Amino acid sequence: MPAAHTHSYDVLIVGAGGAGLRAAIEAAASGVSVGLICKSLLGKAHTVMAEGGMAAAMGHNDDRDNWKVHFADTMRGGQYVNNWRMAEIHAKEAPDRVRELEGYGAVFDRTADGRINQRNFGGHRYPRLAHVGDRTGLELIRTLQDHTIHQGVTVHMEYTVVELLLDEGGVSGVLAYDRERGRFHTFLAKAVVLATGGVGRAYKITSNSWEGTGDGHGLAYRAGAELIDMEFVQFHPTGMVWPPSVRGILVTEGVRGEGGVLRNSEGRRFMFDDIPDNYKPQTASGPEEGWRYTQGDKEARRPPELLTRDHVARCINREVKAGRGSPHGGVFLDIAWIKEKLPGAEAHIKRKLPSMYHQFKELADLDITTTPMEVGPTTHYIMGGIRVNADSQESTIPGLFAAGECAAGINGANRLGGNSLSDLIVFGKRAGEHAAACARRRGAVRIDDGAVDRAMADTLAPFERGSAENPYKVQQDLQDTMQALVGIVRLEGEMREALGRLTGFRERAARAGVDGHREYHSGWHTCLDLKNLLDVSEAITQSAIERRESRGGHFRDDHPEKSAEFGACNMVTRRATDGSMQVSRVPVPAIPPELAQVIEEQKS
Amino acid sequence: MSATFRIWRGKAGEAAGFRDYRTDVSEGMVVLDAVHQIQADQAPDLACRWNCKAGKCGSCSAEINGRPKLMCMTRLNTLDLTQPVTVEPMRAFPLIKDLVTDVSWNFAVKKGIQRFRPRTPDAADGTWRMSQRDADRVQEFRKCIECFLCQDVCHVLRDHDKHEEFIGPRFLTYTAALEMHPLDTADRLPELKDNHGIGYCNITGCCTKVCPEHIQITDNAIIPLKERVVDRFYDPVTRVLRMFMS
Repeated sequence: MPAAHTHSYDVLIVGAGGAGLRAAIEAAASGVSVGLICKSLLGKAHTVMAEGGMAAAMGHNDDRDNWKVHFADTMRGGQYVNNWRMAEIHAKEAPDRVRELEGYGAVFDRTADGRINQRNFGGHRYPRLAHVGDRTGLELIRTLQDHTIHQGVTVHMEYTVVELLLDEGGVSGVLAYDRERGRFHTFLAKAVVLATGGVGRAYKITSNSWEGTGDGHGLAYRAGAELIDMEFVQFHPTGMVWPPSVRGILVTEGVRGEGGVLRNSEGRRFMFDDIPDNYKPQTASGPEEGWRYTQGDKEARRPPELLTRDHVARCINREVKAGRGSPHGGVFLDIAWIKEKLPGAEAHIKRKLPSMYHQFKELADLDITTTPMEVGPTTHYIMGGIRVNADSQESTIPGLFAAGECAAGINGANRLGGNSLSDLIVFGKRAGEHAAACARRRGAVRIDDGAVDRAMADTLAPFERGSAENPYKVQQDLQDTMQALVGIVRLEGEMREALGRLTGFRERAARAGVDGHREYHSGWHTCLDLKNLLDVSEAITQSAIERRESRGGHFRDDHPEKSAEFGACNMVTRRATDGSMQVSRVPVPAIPPELAQVIEEQKS
Repeated sequence: MSATFRIWRGKAGEAAGFRDYRTDVSEGMVVLDAVHQIQADQAPDLACRWNCKAGKCGSCSAEINGRPKLMCMTRLNTLDLTQPVTVEPMRAFPLIKDLVTDVSWNFAVKKGIQRFRPRTPDAADGTWRMSQRDADRVQEFRKCIECFLCQDVCHVLRDHDKHEEFIGPRFLTYTAALEMHPLDTADRLPELKDNHGIGYCNITGCCTKVCPEHIQITDNAIIPLKERVVDRFYDPVTRVLRMFMS
């Protein structure tokens, strides 16, 4: 057994996307020692792929906007199973967090009077997204990265955490391995912040990068923390569908925000055919009004293409299933048409959507300024995650915090576009602040050597087994199953079938092995990823079976309506003492009357 | 249809060389897809860095048929598949294993560049005003995805190994983004001249040619910085003036 290298920090942050970096900055500012573990190189985390922008009610483009409207929009988008307190904190604090980024050097697009420009996005009543063209995530991560490197934070690049370590008082550190050499490292920490992002790699068609394997979800769950809302997975309506190798890559909602429309093979704007009642008062009555909305007319209402993502994704799914899809099984997203309305449309599109122009040109040989794109739903985001205290972001394990996509609560059943980047900075900051305070409170932590030894042996087991079962094949089969049986439209029977297959995948994963050496071994890493993927897949499936209604990102063909009974509860996933997974209902946190009033006022 | 990929295999300090893999190819595939297929079917231990597979993160830099490129953005239909496609790691950085190189030098260099220091906020609420025109100029540089292909191809680093004295095109662009930032107040010209080796760049423009984000590195970042350094330190009129002033 190799001797483990040991590091010690007051606060250890696992994950270096927007939430992890923002947490690191905050913790370091309070004077504690901070370590930061990245699964990849610094600055490559999935945040880099975010396109449209970050939502903050600054009211630069429409002074009717304020935190109350943003709060009500977030709750409506989440179909009221959100943690109201997180939605409130988020709406109130996002503007300061965005402004702060400018002080770190971010350069957002500007309004005519030189302030941060804000764009329209699905489910947001007013233009609210601070943005940089369609590469806002890159701007966010680079800004935070370039700030963090001057804050005395120690960065461990290309390390993967394989186990959370506990002592009597709560979390006490982690065991990790470095990819370059394959050596083990124990990290002692008085507080640990998980900021590991999402689970998209559990599905075949996803916009997520290779890192999105639910690491934080799995680590926290196996350590005994509670997960919540795992049935709520967001299928973004517009991913690329062709060519096959790029299927799933995101096409930003910003295309629709700039006036892009969805059409089926008959040329019909099918989104006008199905507008949910609770959005009718805010939706354009026809194409002309919708166009005026995208061009900043404050009197106009938004086009139905900018309804929430869950709804748009289902409408696209329905068109394709009804045989009205595009040649490669999607629908058409057309931004080129705006040349009928706008002089110089070609240059305008290239300036507003440069990455999209580039992406389609290079990957699909298609010029979006002249030709409609083909798009279809892609697994994009998980609303569910580690259950946290709304104010501190502390999980149900003392000293263990979570922020960003791997934490849950703010988004309820469906996340609005733009609320993720703002979530990262609002709750990343809070997690860093409270983790630092927790570290100062706590005495020395203790590492359980036995637990470290067991975890190391477990991690190395794939080498003992040799190449009997190919880990890549297990992962592919798992992705196929989740895609087919626990996807955008769900049925109890299919999900039970999925549970059965997951048991089979667990057995195969336990046999999966590799040959060779530990240095930068992708197959070995895939074996380790499987553990997390299996846990999150089971949590998603079990929670989805339990929620016998349709709400937000969770649509049950056998229970297509919302139910008051389920609207009053969240699903919690825990590990039972016998190691089995248990899903149970807890009541949705009761909203105080003054906030309920805010929601009522915004309903008209 | 299938094609042969001639991939660099081996570790630092050991014998390394090309190995051929034959794999199926289909419409729309990129080089990274082929590498993944080979990993899954033939070589599970093949080391390769990648994240987004959409040209946004800059992780999968490699030399494909000798040209520095992102594997995820290189479509197979742009290559001659009747010949083996060579895929090798960036050669200007030390090899770790297979297609993965040690790029940590870049992270150390960035840390040595003076950080952003904004002017006092313009408004009472702590915010600033800037025009889109001024933003545009630095936004070009801020598109950089840090793939380090420009560093890989720069002869000052690749052939002359001046890593101690020269920060390379990526970090000249980074410095330009800070120097031209409408809010920044720091002065990086002395370090550019004395420590960061801007004089080494003889504007061959190779960096600009390989930039997957099409940043005009030479024309818009490096040359203006060179001009600023020359104006400050070598302009005869200002030199005389400075002597006079002191």
